[in-house]
Amino acid sequence: MVAFDEMRPAESGLRQPYSAYDNWLSEQDPVRLTEKTADAERVFRRTGITFNVYGQAEAAERLIPFDIVPRIISGSEWRRLTQGIEQRVQALNAFLDDIYHRQEILRAGRIPRELIADNEAFLPEMIGVRPPAGVYTHIIGVDIVRTAEDEFFVLEDNARTPSGVSYMLENRETMMQLFPELFQRVKVLPVENYPQLLRQSLSAVKPQSVNGAPTVAVLTPGIYNSAYFEHAFLADQMGVELVEGQDLRVVDGHVAMRTTEGYKQIDVLYRRVDDAFLDPLTFNPDSALGVPGIMDVYRAGNITLANAPGTGIADDKAIYSYMPEIVEFYTGRRAILGNIPTWRCSEPDSLKYVLEHLSELVVKEVHGSGGYGMLVGPAASKKEREAFAAKLKTKPANYIAQPTLSLSTCPILTKKGLAPRHVDLRPFVLVSDRVRIVPGGLTRVALKEGSLVVNSSQGGGTKDTWVLDD
Amino acid sequence: MLLGRTANGLYWMSRYIERAENMARLVDTGQRLALTRGAEAVEEWNSVLSSAGAEQAFAASGAEATQHRVVDFLLRDPANPSSVMSSLDTARNNARMVRTALTRETWESINEAWMSLKGLLARPVDDRDLPRVLDAIKRETALIRGAFYGTMLRNEIFDFAQLGIYVERADNTARIVDVKYYVLLPSVSWVGSSLDNYQWEAILRSVSAHRSYRWEYEAEYVPQNIADFLLLNRRMPRSLCFCYRNLTQHLGYLAENYEESPQCLELAKNTLTGLAESSIRDVFDIGLHEFLADFIRDNNQLGEEIAAHYRFY
Repeated sequence: MVAFDEMRPAESGLRQPYSAYDNWLSEQDPVRLTEKTADAERVFRRTGITFNVYGQAEAAERLIPFDIVPRIISGSEWRRLTQGIEQRVQALNAFLDDIYHRQEILRAGRIPRELIADNEAFLPEMIGVRPPAGVYTHIIGVDIVRTAEDEFFVLEDNARTPSGVSYMLENRETMMQLFPELFQRVKVLPVENYPQLLRQSLSAVKPQSVNGAPTVAVLTPGIYNSAYFEHAFLADQMGVELVEGQDLRVVDGHVAMRTTEGYKQIDVLYRRVDDAFLDPLTFNPDSALGVPGIMDVYRAGNITLANAPGTGIADDKAIYSYMPEIVEFYTGRRAILGNIPTWRCSEPDSLKYVLEHLSELVVKEVHGSGGYGMLVGPAASKKEREAFAAKLKTKPANYIAQPTLSLSTCPILTKKGLAPRHVDLRPFVLVSDRVRIVPGGLTRVALKEGSLVVNSSQGGGTKDTWVLDD
Repeated sequence: MLLGRTANGLYWMSRYIERAENMARLVDTGQRLALTRGAEAVEEWNSVLSSAGAEQAFAASGAEATQHRVVDFLLRDPANPSSVMSSLDTARNNARMVRTALTRETWESINEAWMSLKGLLARPVDDRDLPRVLDAIKRETALIRGAFYGTMLRNEIFDFAQLGIYVERADNTARIVDVKYYVLLPSVSWVGSSLDNYQWEAILRSVSAHRSYRWEYEAEYVPQNIADFLLLNRRMPRSLCFCYRNLTQHLGYLAENYEESPQCLELAKNTLTGLAESSIRDVFDIGLHEFLADFIRDNNQLGEEIAAHYRFY
């Protein structure tokens, strides 16, 4: 199975979107390019763009490796993608509104009732709650993979608190510092206005009771969180406060932050704290990261939480397999972006098939993320597969399986020159009064030859993603 | 508008950067004194430990106060919260916490100092490398200061960071003088032996003031003058008086900004008046040690009042 290479597919030579870049590349001295890679790493280290890897104390802060070869998407490819993405995020929000209100989709029998009722990601506390402007998931990272010239699939909808947008921005910044002349030759659509768009988008869904410009803040679990850099970065770029749970309390029915001059009201909170830790009075009582009583303020309509609590029910991997039905149910049209065929191991026939074809499939935990607890069949040893099969049999409902896709590749710069590696793409989507998508996203790349796992926690790297102005 | 936690982070970030630098200077002084003291070196290292406020923590480690152990304890030991490396860890964590309040240059200077010193202090420092390492610490902290002064807006963020610097520095200078107060007392000042000269020079060196002393006073070391220089001189950047002039100034800016007149400003003003209106003779009349003990206590209290008034917690 030969993967589709986005720069030079086996059958047709150089693809059009890469032609201007390729011209430039052919004029470059390979030694200088290698030096630029080292320069990039120095920039990242000095800036402190690091992420924390859980369970690796000695390497508490690591860099995500950055590859200097951009991943390039043509303007027309991008337009097609964004249509599919817009349709999808509208369906996700409609689904959330429905699932926490009339549950029409269950009544219509399009999704099994127990999939919702027995799902930990479904928050009963959200039943009957309608967030300001009816938006549930304001910031979405849609993971997209490509397998051929015209074949794009959604791998995952990250509708809770997707991360990685700071890398999209810093990768571009770094590329522009390293290769200013390149950006004069190739017209690339800008991504740098993302923080402004985010602020506009968040402000547009302020609580109804707020007159004038709302006070926006970013809520972080703190400096030990793996994505802390991003939280600080976004707050800084938006020009809003970066707060922790310990800074907040409920004052006169509003959420307020402790300042040097007393408590100040907050209207919109972009929270990067998980649902379970948001409010110790409603959810996990041991949480020190949240704000006691914030859910009462929320239900009273006095604060906007982005994303809303309970959005996890929309990006759950078991729900994922129903996304084509969900899109059709709420938009009345077939999904523009396809899903990857998915076996739900909770169904006996599927489980049987999965166990028999373990060496061909990718098996994922329904509630897992970050590439943890997942089996890549073709890459696993017999022993690993057997151990996994045992886990699968004990708790089948915990897993889904998908075919091992031949993800497209893009070249990366290695010691021996350019070499293809598998990639995926996470564009960032903002939903409020309208849908805003910056032209670009985070391209994750598996740095090991042949590897299909692109997660940064599992040795993946990133690339700058270009959408051409053509 | 500034979060209380951010003000707290800025305050402690600066305190710990200041502390790292002071620690390097104390080690430098200790090493010089030890060179001249031979058999009594252990005693010198003990007094360095008490100047560093680390006597008890060191005793808890059960080690003997040899140069090697004390230097390691003050520069690298993670069990010592005030070691240079611990201080930089804390300073950087605070800087990370208040990242949005800092300019890129300031954050990067702190991050780079941390990275470079983490490398230099990864292993125990060989005696021969000590001067180079101490220079590196002083240089890195100077770079942070440069980035900070050169790029930060003069607003409340700047003020809270300055408060941290001067509360820490005043505490440090007061301790250094207190530990060595007996060599500054008039009763022993007649000696003028070479030993005392070393001691005096060491005190001045520990606050980087052995050259500037001569610009302000006559060339000879006179104990009263040294005490005057470190406590009451208005121009000496590490004197108690200088620290309190700055503390009063920045607390004054904050008060103006917030249109109020807080207790902590009054406290700082009172201390400054005491320092500005006293002569060194008055200080010796009260008793140098008593004077310093009172000062250290008041200085700590000022820190606590600042934290309470500006809602650090």
